Amino acid sequence: MDALEAFRRETRAWLDANCPAEMRTPVSGDDDICWGGRNFVFKSEAQKVWLARMAERGWTVPGWPKAYGGGGLSHEEVKVLKEEMRAIGARSPLESFGIWMLGPALLAFGSEEQKQEHLPRIARGEIRWCQGYSEPNAGSDLASLQTRAEDAGDHFVVTGSKIWTSYADKADMIFCLVRTDFSAPKHLGISFLLFDMTWPGVSTKPILLISGKSPFCETFFDGVKVPKANLVGTLNRGWDIAKYLLTHEREMIGGGGGGLLGGRSPGQVAAQEIGTDGEGKLADAFLRADVARAEVDALAFAATMARYKDEAASGGKGVGDRSAVLKYYGTELNKRRHELLMRTAGHEGLEWEGARSNDGERPRGWLRTKANSIEGGTSEVMLDIVAKRLLQLPNA
Amino acid sequence: MLVLNDDQVMLQDAARGFVSEKAPVAALRKIRDEKIADGFDRGLWRSMAEMGWTGVLVPEDQGGLGFGFVGAGVICEEMGRTLTASPFLSTAMMAATALSRAGSPAQKERWLPAIVAGEAVIATAVDEGRRHDPAGTAMRAERHGNGFRLSGTKAYVVDGQAADAVLVAARTAGSAGETGGFSLFLVETATRGLSAERLSTLDSRGAAELTFDGVEVTADAVVGEVDDGFPLLEIVLGAGRAGLAAELSGNAQESFDRTMAYLRERKQFGRTIGAFQALQHRAAHLFCEVEVARSAVLAALQALDADPAGASLAVSVAKSKASSVARLAAQEAVQMHGGIGMTDAIDIGLFMKRMQVASTLYGDADFHADRVARARGF
Repeated sequence: MDALEAFRRETRAWLDANCPAEMRTPVSGDDDICWGGRNFVFKSEAQKVWLARMAERGWTVPGWPKAYGGGGLSHEEVKVLKEEMRAIGARSPLESFGIWMLGPALLAFGSEEQKQEHLPRIARGEIRWCQGYSEPNAGSDLASLQTRAEDAGDHFVVTGSKIWTSYADKADMIFCLVRTDFSAPKHLGISFLLFDMTWPGVSTKPILLISGKSPFCETFFDGVKVPKANLVGTLNRGWDIAKYLLTHEREMIGGGGGGLLGGRSPGQVAAQEIGTDGEGKLADAFLRADVARAEVDALAFAATMARYKDEAASGGKGVGDRSAVLKYYGTELNKRRHELLMRTAGHEGLEWEGARSNDGERPRGWLRTKANSIEGGTSEVMLDIVAKRLLQLPNA
Repeated sequence: MLVLNDDQVMLQDAARGFVSEKAPVAALRKIRDEKIADGFDRGLWRSMAEMGWTGVLVPEDQGGLGFGFVGAGVICEEMGRTLTASPFLSTAMMAATALSRAGSPAQKERWLPAIVAGEAVIATAVDEGRRHDPAGTAMRAERHGNGFRLSGTKAYVVDGQAADAVLVAARTAGSAGETGGFSLFLVETATRGLSAERLSTLDSRGAAELTFDGVEVTADAVVGEVDDGFPLLEIVLGAGRAGLAAELSGNAQESFDRTMAYLRERKQFGRTIGAFQALQHRAAHLFCEVEVARSAVLAALQALDADPAGASLAVSVAKSKASSVARLAAQEAVQMHGGIGMTDAIDIGLFMKRMQVASTLYGDADFHADRVARARGF
């Protein structure tokens, strides 16, 4: 405990000396986030400095081994670092699919060469990755994917298309599920490939969503040549990696639902925007009852995420299939949170363009959350996973 | 770390073994069917004392185990699974908290060893109306000579029908609605002017309405500060709320587990009903809710151990969430059991009845959601 307390003091002092003041203000939108990558344009010098200082310490990926650009911190130390960052309002220095998804997959399944090549570049924010999973005819039924990788001696030739590829138009590289055996059962003919988005045959097309934004793309592969060294894990066993990553993704998406770790809760927003009575209670009694219940659920859910992580850390195992609990509950909570924010906004939530509403930030955010219970596995798929794997209920 | 430590896991195993052997649901049926007036089995309570449970919140230097709130909650959760009737909440949690924190040396000497030995039952009397409202206390304690004279009625006093003494909240100043002017008194139930009307209750455990008709006590009966007893009362209620939340979590888990067993065994339309997706999704949703309630309960118990005076937000989150989840679990259990779920022959209805009592006591889901909202600034 003393060592952890010493680490806390040291961390606090370092953060205080090294986190620029501009990086201690709340993130106001997507373009405040540092995504890294070859083409990333830093929004400010402070953002650039903050990334460089944190990366130098390995603290963009504090739990990864030092040998691959990480901080080599224990689970408890990572928690302390996050607590201390939260305490001063420090922004995350770097967000990326490389950190959330590919890194953990490579640590678990990658060859030593692959780890050496890719992990440090993810940690330093040099390469931005995207994820090629869903296809037009393989959504909830992901394992039926049809993008093919033909064996051509020392390389594969990849042909097909992906959909809902987040930020494919901004990414440098893709980690991609492809079919390498069409005669095997659907889960046993899939492989996991890495390749560059600038290679010949790769093209992308953004998809306009109901929120008016285009974070997702369609991605097309027309005879893309991928060296065999870029195969991760065993040929035809890519589904094992995919499942492992889906677990990570579900934990991550579910984590957005607490809604209390970052900004204010809907009840707090409502108190400020609608006002309170003489006792300090939100003036709208109907709304107050609903935001109060949402607050209870959000706090209880935050405790659940913490408990699962602590259990995983102390048991030496991952969260596993319980990630479906986090994904289902967290995304449903997040949708509810945005419904409450829209109720709070009233007429002020109806403007789509204009400075008054920061171009309809609230309704666009509300609409965006409707995808939360679809992306990364629908709520219904999550409930199936809970019923079948955690509760062991019989098959139909 | 939001996990049980090794000692707490051992306590949980021991508690689970003890209640399943000594206090299964059948023991509650016996109390109900034989109309046992105490609402619990005194022999069982003495066995719990031998296990050390009665001293779980009594510090070691005062003869207890000093296991803390997480330990106490673990026991409550297991008792919730078998609907164990006992004065654990009133005596080993609430009274032990009050006396070990704020009792005078004489009060500690008189009562703590008796609590630890399983020889004394002490109830806590706060509410006066149909709703939990500690600040709304109107009962007066007028100064009288060197002591006080208590007059008023206390509604639904848990274990009041069997108690040797009662910790009672009364006004030595101020008026209903204010949190100032509270004093807590420890009054032996045999004191002249104090009468108990036993209530036969939904959960078969009984309770009492206590009437104080000019009950005279000396100044030695005061627990804690005169006129400034509300903070202590909040800590005592916090212990009760967290204990009930833990019990409700156990109640919900058991209802859920029994329902899952039924879904795997019952056949209709030529299939096991657990294979129907309509039921699978309801079961899965309920599982998620039960998991979330469990986390909130553990967070509250740990917060109480860290700082009992600063734990009220975490405790209210837990009591609110556990109350509503146990309600959902009870409703789903009856519905998924179908007709048999409505019969007294199986235990599901007993879990629903105790859920109703435990979720109402010391603040229901709405009461605690309101507290959470206040604490969070709205």
